[in-house]
Amino acid sequence: MGQETNGTTNGATATLTRKDFVTDQEVRWCPGCGDYSILAQAQKVMPELGVPREKIVFVSGIGCSSRFPYYMHTYGFHTIHGRAPAIATGLKASRPDLMVWVITGDGDALSIGGNHLLHVLRRNVDVKVVLFNNRIYGLTKGQYSPTSELGKKGVKSAPLGVPDHPLNPLSVAIGAEATFVARTIDTDTKHLIATIERAAAHKGAAFIEVYQNCNVYNDGAFAYLTEREVHNERTLYLEHGKPMLFGKERNRGIRLRGLDPEIVTLGEDGATEDDVLRHDETKPVASLAYILSRLDYPDFPVPVGVLRAVERPTYDGIVEEQEALAIQRSGPGDLEKMFNSGDTWVVD
Amino acid sequence: MGFVTAARLFNKPLFYTAYPITPASEVLHEIAQYKHFGVKTFQAEDEIAAVCAAIGASFGGNIGMTCTSGPGIALKSEAINLAHAVELPLVIADIQRSGPSTGMPTKTEQGDLLQCMFGRNSDSACAIVAPATPGDCFYMAIEAVRLAIQFMTPVFFMSDGYLGNGSEPWRIPLANDLERFTVTHPTDPATFAPYRRDPETLTRPWAIPGTPGLEHRIGGIEKADITGNISYDPLNHHKMTVLRNEKIARIVDYIPRQEVYGDPEGELLVLSWGSTYGAAITAVQKLREQGASISHAHLRYLNPFPKNLGDILQHFTKVLIPELNLGQLRLLIRARYLVDAVGLSKVQGLPFKVSEIVAKCEELLV
Repeated sequence: MGQETNGTTNGATATLTRKDFVTDQEVRWCPGCGDYSILAQAQKVMPELGVPREKIVFVSGIGCSSRFPYYMHTYGFHTIHGRAPAIATGLKASRPDLMVWVITGDGDALSIGGNHLLHVLRRNVDVKVVLFNNRIYGLTKGQYSPTSELGKKGVKSAPLGVPDHPLNPLSVAIGAEATFVARTIDTDTKHLIATIERAAAHKGAAFIEVYQNCNVYNDGAFAYLTEREVHNERTLYLEHGKPMLFGKERNRGIRLRGLDPEIVTLGEDGATEDDVLRHDETKPVASLAYILSRLDYPDFPVPVGVLRAVERPTYDGIVEEQEALAIQRSGPGDLEKMFNSGDTWVVD
Repeated sequence: MGFVTAARLFNKPLFYTAYPITPASEVLHEIAQYKHFGVKTFQAEDEIAAVCAAIGASFGGNIGMTCTSGPGIALKSEAINLAHAVELPLVIADIQRSGPSTGMPTKTEQGDLLQCMFGRNSDSACAIVAPATPGDCFYMAIEAVRLAIQFMTPVFFMSDGYLGNGSEPWRIPLANDLERFTVTHPTDPATFAPYRRDPETLTRPWAIPGTPGLEHRIGGIEKADITGNISYDPLNHHKMTVLRNEKIARIVDYIPRQEVYGDPEGELLVLSWGSTYGAAITAVQKLREQGASISHAHLRYLNPFPKNLGDILQHFTKVLIPELNLGQLRLLIRARYLVDAVGLSKVQGLPFKVSEIVAKCEELLV
């Protein structure tokens, strides 16, 4: 916290800039870490959200990503490993007026905190979960994480290769029936900003997976995707209502054969744009979103963007409704009435 | 009902969290009936989520509270220590049951005292209160909330299966006779610092999100004194550890002095805590009627102990501590006061019989 150099907002939002969201704390991520980009884009987006700074809270768990709140000049709570979604749930359910963000990583959210992630998503608590996925434990210096690839070499805790089958964060989120599920990339700053904005605007639990490079313990984690010469060929940018086309020439697309996706090239074997799947984020049944979440390199381009955005009552909204209903039925709580209810008698 | 009342007396919403566990679930069922009091209940996905949600609610300015039994306390320990470290109010009700592990879930025991006292990493004292009777639960619930807010600390409320399932006639208080409390949150950015302490109580300010200009970050990493910024400075860590624990010690000036039933000095003092009150006081009454030099002190505050407890102990030749465990309070009393207290243990899942305590006293009174 320390001295305030950025002035206070007093509830005003119009005059805020990126700088108003920068703290005076030294950022302690390794030079070159993908987290810097995510922080910078988030600081850029915050003034645009129309939410007073004092109404924003960042909650994190443990890991490199979880240092994030210290650098964001809002309210912040750096908690314990894996538990940020649970703490955020209590905060949001009791203070629905706040905008609550959860910053987490692949180990924090999917290993030690897997249970809480499932439940914050299925309850549809109105919090925004941003998972920095670098497929490694960085803070503890290089053990494999629940998103590390099977057989991956060069990991300190598995010298003969990672023996675990990885989790796909998007599939997990969709399986938990999250109402907003998206993926973006640390180096694609424009897309990152747009995705954060979409999540912020979503009413309900929003889940963003950010592909993030760890240049110390898992350098080039997503180079197969982010390298300039291959990026267009290996990335499927999802846009609502648009055909799922990719490639430099945008001449290749995703088609469904039964429940199985396949790649077609427009103009080959009679394939036209009409054969290509059109993206629909709003499908109430999550089957398509799940199929999309399974697309992965090298067999398919990697989907990036919003996979799913649907509406469902929020947990915090239901809690508020129940309170109103209870007051409507019983009247506002009265201590005297409570004390004298049940089995009472008078002693002379 | 005590916790619902406390929320009203402090004019703060209660956020009550729990994961189903015997015998604590009855409290959740009861409290869920009071939503019209502005009480929110959260049935969590596990014990850890329950305590974490309560901590989140406390950060937001609510009375965060969770209720469980022994195994649940074990699961919550890391989060309770987070609340200790960041210094947020939190009430943890422990409806103790027979252990270890699953033990005998429907049977009573007082086996969690040392767990609540010490069951966290590093030096991390928390306040502990224990009601003596079903009716006393009402008043000690208010006390637990008072201490949690006044000292920005986790407070254990230690009941047990016997108390939880027990009942007694209870004189209904007049709502207007109950003391009201004012909770203040800082609002002035010019004077605010997250870990600037009250010089008397050593309590830090409870600044809540939504307050313009007080944006700040808290966390489990060691914090610099006053600013709350991350600090690995060796001397600062020592100082903060001392401050957090000294704060709990200073509660002693804000709790009642220990009362003694019977003469203030004599041959034998029976020192008890929690649900053994009824058996202990009845045993002492019987023996006093027979002319024995015996008195009784029943602890409702276990951390810190009341200020005059050490003095009381010095005025008796012998001290007997009957407990439904293998001598946990006895260990604390011997360590703290260097008193050679004798224990009477019973770990059968059953409360004491008066005759059992009488027999032990008679043995010591020879």
